Amino acid sequence: MSTETIEKPEFNITVYTENQIGLLSRIAIIFTRRKINIDSLNVSPSEIDSIHRFNILINETEDTVRKLCRQIEKQVEVLKVYYHTNADIIWQEMALYKVSTDVIAEQVSVERLLRENGARAVVIRKDYTVFETTGHREETDALIKILQPYGLIEFVRSARVAIIKNSEGFNSKLREFERLEPGEDVIENEYLNKGQKVFTM
Amino acid sequence: MEVAQETLTVPAKTETKEVSGSVALLDALIAEGTDTIFGYPGGAIMPIYDALYDYNDKLNHVLVRHEQGGIHAGQGYARTSGKVGVVFATSGPGATNLVTGLADAQIDSTPLVCITGQVFAHLLGTDAFQETDVINITTPVTKWNYQVTDANEIPEVIAKAFYIARSGRPGPVLIDITKNAQIQKFDCPAYTPCNHIRSYRPKPIVRKQYIEQAAELINQAKRPFVLWGQGVILGSAEQEFKAFIEKSGIPAAWTILGAGAIPTNHPLNVGMLGMHGNYGPNVLTNECDVLIAIGMRFDDRVTGRLDKYAKQAKVIHLDIDPAEIDKNVKTTVPVWGDCKETLPMLTALINEAKHTDWVSRFNDYTKQEVDAVIHNELNPTTPEMTMGEVIKLLNELTNGDAVIVSDVGQHQMVACRYANLNKTRSNVTSGGLGTMGFALPAAIGAKFGAQEREVVAIIGDGGFQMTLQELGTIMQTGVNVKIIILNNRFLGMVRQWQELFNERRYSFVDIQSPDFVKLADSYGIAGQSVDNRSNLQGALQEMLAHNGSYLLEVIVTKENNVFPMVPQGCSVAEIRLK
Repeated sequence: MSTETIEKPEFNITVYTENQIGLLSRIAIIFTRRKINIDSLNVSPSEIDSIHRFNILINETEDTVRKLCRQIEKQVEVLKVYYHTNADIIWQEMALYKVSTDVIAEQVSVERLLRENGARAVVIRKDYTVFETTGHREETDALIKILQPYGLIEFVRSARVAIIKNSEGFNSKLREFERLEPGEDVIENEYLNKGQKVFTM
Repeated sequence: MEVAQETLTVPAKTETKEVSGSVALLDALIAEGTDTIFGYPGGAIMPIYDALYDYNDKLNHVLVRHEQGGIHAGQGYARTSGKVGVVFATSGPGATNLVTGLADAQIDSTPLVCITGQVFAHLLGTDAFQETDVINITTPVTKWNYQVTDANEIPEVIAKAFYIARSGRPGPVLIDITKNAQIQKFDCPAYTPCNHIRSYRPKPIVRKQYIEQAAELINQAKRPFVLWGQGVILGSAEQEFKAFIEKSGIPAAWTILGAGAIPTNHPLNVGMLGMHGNYGPNVLTNECDVLIAIGMRFDDRVTGRLDKYAKQAKVIHLDIDPAEIDKNVKTTVPVWGDCKETLPMLTALINEAKHTDWVSRFNDYTKQEVDAVIHNELNPTTPEMTMGEVIKLLNELTNGDAVIVSDVGQHQMVACRYANLNKTRSNVTSGGLGTMGFALPAAIGAKFGAQEREVVAIIGDGGFQMTLQELGTIMQTGVNVKIIILNNRFLGMVRQWQELFNERRYSFVDIQSPDFVKLADSYGIAGQSVDNRSNLQGALQEMLAHNGSYLLEVIVTKENNVFPMVPQGCSVAEIRLK
């Protein structure tokens, strides 16, 4: 094993796909085959009816990420793949926290908790209360630390969802894809000239 | 898939006729030009086989002896015919037996459409008899796969399957059809072939500026070197490729899957690349100034150690698959596209040239290789025979016109190194996956794909025993395949590595064989065994003259090694002659 540590920053991979059973597995195995862990995965509708959008978060070198993206884009039902650094996107994660209402009422000022952590109470019952926060990882993590001493009963965090800052959406691209002869807009190897900021094939 | 709903709600434009899913499937296969199916029946595919009973005059079904044999036969058929190989198997074990062949076809870009039967849709996920999750098992080893649970989907799915299998970089497609969909009657519209899927673009758009940059590099080059692979054959671009190298005068070497795209004796064909390739192409890879890779993927067996591979060279890579560019070797100019289109564009822009001195350097290395290796391999003075002399005699007797199907191991490297190939689509071998047992069934398929050609399978004693049950397929179909077993009583390639790298610790490579001639005889196949050089030529002549299949066992020397060799982890320049 090399002792040299290679920097593996966070990359956000956005995949536009058809809605097809089995495609999730087809995409997931591209990572698992190379023993790469997916840190976060979200599949949702996109701005276009019938087109789905995957948001995949991994820690890898850019070289590997580029190769992964090409392998993903090669899949028949995948329309387009982009990858971005965190600086290129707006992103959010949501977290839910369940704590005992008694403990919270007795030992902590609920109001202070909510205010200081941008949280809101989703459910308040006699036996437990569920808080919710939305934000970056540090922000959702912060509330865990605060609640832990008071007996955090359950915690869950959602996958990351991300919007690409300089994207104009997929509508015009899709029209190109639907043509038999796509125009230069969806040209494959543009990236070679463009300093590799935005991956587009 | 929204086919079902469309056919129910939208009035059909064309006439429909009520048929079962099975009949719709067979009609679709015929519409796609299928003439031969390699398959094996079973419970979950019985409705399709029942329909097949009435299609005897239109579809030739070859009953194999194992589904792995069926898919390798489909591969052999696809490789010699250039058409899509079609394979039938039942659910469960029938389908899982296809997996090796799917992986082989995936890595070697062979177009296949495999149809597997599946249990009734209502039984999916219940661990029903002979139920396996075929779609998930085959996902990593197929270009595309799809499960049909409603007969209405069949025409469109089969059209897509053929389009995906044969277009772009070809590959295997698997369609799993539940038994209820096979039985179900539906109004089947007239067959419409598929030529567009919005999420799938088989051919990248050719960009002129990259062609221009590539031409400029080639025109400036002093020591340009071409590497070609199967892409030239898959793209039917043999003529375009020949025109390109002849105008540019660039020496060209091949990967084993590219072998035969131009004849072996073409003056600019400087030989085979890779671990057991020729001396010059390996050494001079690290001396060329421009490396032009055409339809090849820089496999590790070709490149050896990557960080010492052609570092001095500017690399031009022509490939139809964008994922291949920069995957292993960093490209200076990527020429993405079908080489059938890109090569003529490139040829138009390059200057006529002759790199006489540079080509002669390859010839110098050839002389060294002949002296150190080739002469002794082809003209041995030892009492025992070599694999090479068998191939040499075969070349003389077939004039290099035969299709050579090889298995995996030492004999494969010898066959690829020494077989003369005059025509394209003449070398059928398992390159990427290295599947022992490939050759016998693949040879059967190769013959069905090219009936007019002589097909010679060259197989080791180990590999033959992996799929020898397909002798039964030969017996039953009467297909004319010549089989040469090069028997060294060892699993030779592993033994060679154990000799060279494991201090001759021969761990489980000593393999015993049955009497192959008696075995062939029990299948009604003629044959003989030769252990003496004086009988070799006569035996080969008898084999080739025999009207029908023939098995010739040649007892060769036990501990011969294949050289040259680039040891694993070494640079191509460190190739060893002994």
